[in-house]
Amino acid sequence: MRKSILSLVLCLGVTGIVLAQSGGVQINAGGATFPNPIYSKWFNEYNKMHPNIQINYQSQGSGFGKAQLVARSIDFGASDGPMTDDELSKAGFKILHFPTVMGADVPSYNIPGVNATLKFTQKALAGIYLGTITKWNDGELTKANPGVKLPAEDIIVVHRSDSSGTSYIWTDFLSKANSEWKSKVGTGTTVNWPVGLGGKGNEGVMGTVKQQPYSIGYVELIYAIQNHEPFGDVQNLDGVFVTASLEGVSAAAAGAAKSMPDDFRVSITNAPGKTSYPISSFTWLLIPAKITDASKRDAIKGFLKWMLLDGQKDCEALSFARLPTQVIAKETKAIDQIQ
Amino acid sequence: MSLRTIWRKTVNVVMLSLTGLCALIAVSALFLILGCLAWKGATSLHWSFFTQLPAPVGEIGGGIANAIVGTGKLLLLAALIGIPVGLLGAVYLAEFASSTSAFFIRYATDLLNGVPSIVIGIFAYTVIVLPMHHFSALAGGFALGVMMVPIILRSCEEFLRNVPRSLREGSMALGASKWRTIARVVIPAASSGILTAILLSLARVAGETAPLIFTAFGNQFWPHGLNQPTAALPVVIYNYALSPYDDWHRQAWAAGLVLILLVVVTNVLTRLLLQREAAGRS
Amino acid sequence: MGTVSTTAAPAPAPSRVQVFLRRVRNGDEIAHVVTMIFGASILLVTAALVYELWIQSAQSRAKFGWSFFVTSTWDPINGIFGAWPYIYGTLVTTTVALVIAVPLGLGAAIFLSELAPPKVSSSLSFVIDLLAAVPSVIYGVLAVFLLEPVMRTTIQPFLKHTLGILPIFKELFKGPAYGFGYLTAGIVLSIMTVPFIISVSREVLMAVPQDQREASLGLGATRWETTFKIVVGYARTGILGSIFLSMARALGETMAVTMVIGNVAKVSSSLFAPGYSIAAVIANEFADATSELHLSSLVELGLVLFLLTFILNGLARVMIIATSRRGAGASQR
Repeated sequence: MRKSILSLVLCLGVTGIVLAQSGGVQINAGGATFPNPIYSKWFNEYNKMHPNIQINYQSQGSGFGKAQLVARSIDFGASDGPMTDDELSKAGFKILHFPTVMGADVPSYNIPGVNATLKFTQKALAGIYLGTITKWNDGELTKANPGVKLPAEDIIVVHRSDSSGTSYIWTDFLSKANSEWKSKVGTGTTVNWPVGLGGKGNEGVMGTVKQQPYSIGYVELIYAIQNHEPFGDVQNLDGVFVTASLEGVSAAAAGAAKSMPDDFRVSITNAPGKTSYPISSFTWLLIPAKITDASKRDAIKGFLKWMLLDGQKDCEALSFARLPTQVIAKETKAIDQIQ
Repeated sequence: MSLRTIWRKTVNVVMLSLTGLCALIAVSALFLILGCLAWKGATSLHWSFFTQLPAPVGEIGGGIANAIVGTGKLLLLAALIGIPVGLLGAVYLAEFASSTSAFFIRYATDLLNGVPSIVIGIFAYTVIVLPMHHFSALAGGFALGVMMVPIILRSCEEFLRNVPRSLREGSMALGASKWRTIARVVIPAASSGILTAILLSLARVAGETAPLIFTAFGNQFWPHGLNQPTAALPVVIYNYALSPYDDWHRQAWAAGLVLILLVVVTNVLTRLLLQREAAGRS
Repeated sequence: MGTVSTTAAPAPAPSRVQVFLRRVRNGDEIAHVVTMIFGASILLVTAALVYELWIQSAQSRAKFGWSFFVTSTWDPINGIFGAWPYIYGTLVTTTVALVIAVPLGLGAAIFLSELAPPKVSSSLSFVIDLLAAVPSVIYGVLAVFLLEPVMRTTIQPFLKHTLGILPIFKELFKGPAYGFGYLTAGIVLSIMTVPFIISVSREVLMAVPQDQREASLGLGATRWETTFKIVVGYARTGILGSIFLSMARALGETMAVTMVIGNVAKVSSSLFAPGYSIAAVIANEFADATSELHLSSLVELGLVLFLLTFILNGLARVMIIATSRRGAGASQR
């Protein structure tokens, strides 16, 4: 008797769970950790406005976004490093790039006793990440920061352990700024890092820097701000030390905005201009050109339209820069390419 | 007493006390772990923690409700695979199998038992996620179920074998067929052992993270059905712990406390169940 | 023509089909087949697992061959994949773990099997089994937030200034005290493997026949001498088996290791340096792998891990069975 009641309850329970499919649309996405703070806010807000549409975004890194999109196990991906022609041709289906926001990679550091904002020359950043500059009181750093007492401690370098668009932006900048970096290491979402500890995601790098004294790591601006970690000014192409800011990022994008290619893939690191912040970048959503599921297609297109019009207002609060108006106009037209 | 004897006696006392010290260290490690988790996590255990969905990144608050439900769903799926295969496989080994097939099945079971959980994750990814083009609770449940099978099978086989022959023979002497004997006599006789095996294996896989990372994926919302990704308690702990947000760290501690309480309580309950059964029988 | 008799003619012998149908109706045959199917499904799943590992790693096996194991470069951009840093890291962390866990575990096992009264022994064993049940991710959380800072601020500098002065240890404790690295990962692993050494060794020790102990004590040996030289000596194969078993566990540990090892694919002689393990790199890179060769190399690493644990578990089982058979055959306890 007890056994039959137990089995009945079990069967009901199982059926109940299996049948608990909501009538709504669930979209799975994943990728860049760089814009995760604003994506997380957008998808949450969009779900509140459209409760039957759930866009589940998992911040696992740009490499994840690209790889899983190509494997078609997610509905769309996100990356701060645009897909190369090679990657696009290997995918086997057409993928469209849609820029969402612009952000900045900043060198965040944790030096006990030093609260000032350090100035980093291009040579300094390259040297630190190449492993040629090993101590905080190295000449290259003290020269640029005359008033600051830098300790004679080893620099603990932190980079990404996973395939990362943030790494792509960082290495893209270093390759443009330093020929030794370009020849020895190069640009990419994963590179052969000469030195340093690996952290998973922007979150992991920030977490490691926060915990390790005398460390330095590159993260998206909002991560340093949200975690109250100091970050340095970086010398741009014109030789000016610029603090990462929305204005600096927008200035860097100004040239590209006018001549934006049709597929929206462009690099704005080391951009000319006195106020340009040199380690700026667009970040993209990677969306298949052909989506067979009509409800998913409409949901994604609806989200994109909302993102370009209303979503942009969330940017400032989270320290991302809005897309230039010309880009928004061009993108709105491009949404029709999703069939 | 010679010097050598004094030396031997001293060594005796010293080494024996050292072994006691080793045992003390090993045992206190558990209490240390529980204590740390309780100290860091207990303050976060309030109602909203268990009932709310996670808040957007960087914002304070939110809870792990979907992770708890997700873990529950994964365990249910794992049980649907693990229990039938494990129990019926054990029945086959204990009651029907010839020695050659028994050898091969036991060998395969032990092999499966030793496979690292991340390799099982790879297997579940290639066999379920890739063909389905979907991360899903199904894939995660499959991975966990595969891990449960060897644990359940080995314990159940032993419990079934421990049922005295006299019980079986008595039943058959009364005219029951073999399968009826198994179903109505042997399995009920071993029922508390079987139950403990099931509960212990569930507690074991509830804490597994590695196979879920690329199967169940993760979900910010409530998991729907079997085909969608789902959040799970250990994965949430992992992601939150590695993040830089203090609020997420706090939640990681609390979720860790929930997880370890689940594991400890299950283990204690099963132990009491077995002890009561043994006492009842003797 | 048969004899005519008043009794009923004997029923014809039942045909084979009729026998089969009768058994089916009894349900025994069905039960046999059904349970056999479930039992066989385990064989199927295990075979499928090995098959998938073999097939998915085909590309990297073909391209790199044996050099895969000795190459130190892991360069996804240029398509060069070498497993040595991960194998090295796995071996180093496991060795550190065993160096700590074996003396500790064996000591505790000796206490539990020889010295503690039976009730105490079984209660303490239960507590230690609970240690084995603690999920890996919780060890990871404790390691990241509690162990790592302690390593960085206290233990590593301490080791450097004390043992680090001696010639061999100087090399082992070289470099800045990151807190993340081989040593920290090894320490976490040791706490995770201790319960296995204790529980298996305890059982193996308890299986040693009592007359061995009595004979030794009768000859005038102290309790310790009896325990260490005779009992442990008798059970040494089984204890070695328990070490292999824990080694197999330690090799496959993923979460706790990846959270504190530093995740750097480099080989370093210093225990303070950050490194990588096979399980950790699979966990970090598997879902990110864009090229087929990258994925294939990661699966090949999984295959390596599988083979290592398979061999160790097999050896362990043989050794443990050998010791218990020896003990059981000799005399009753």
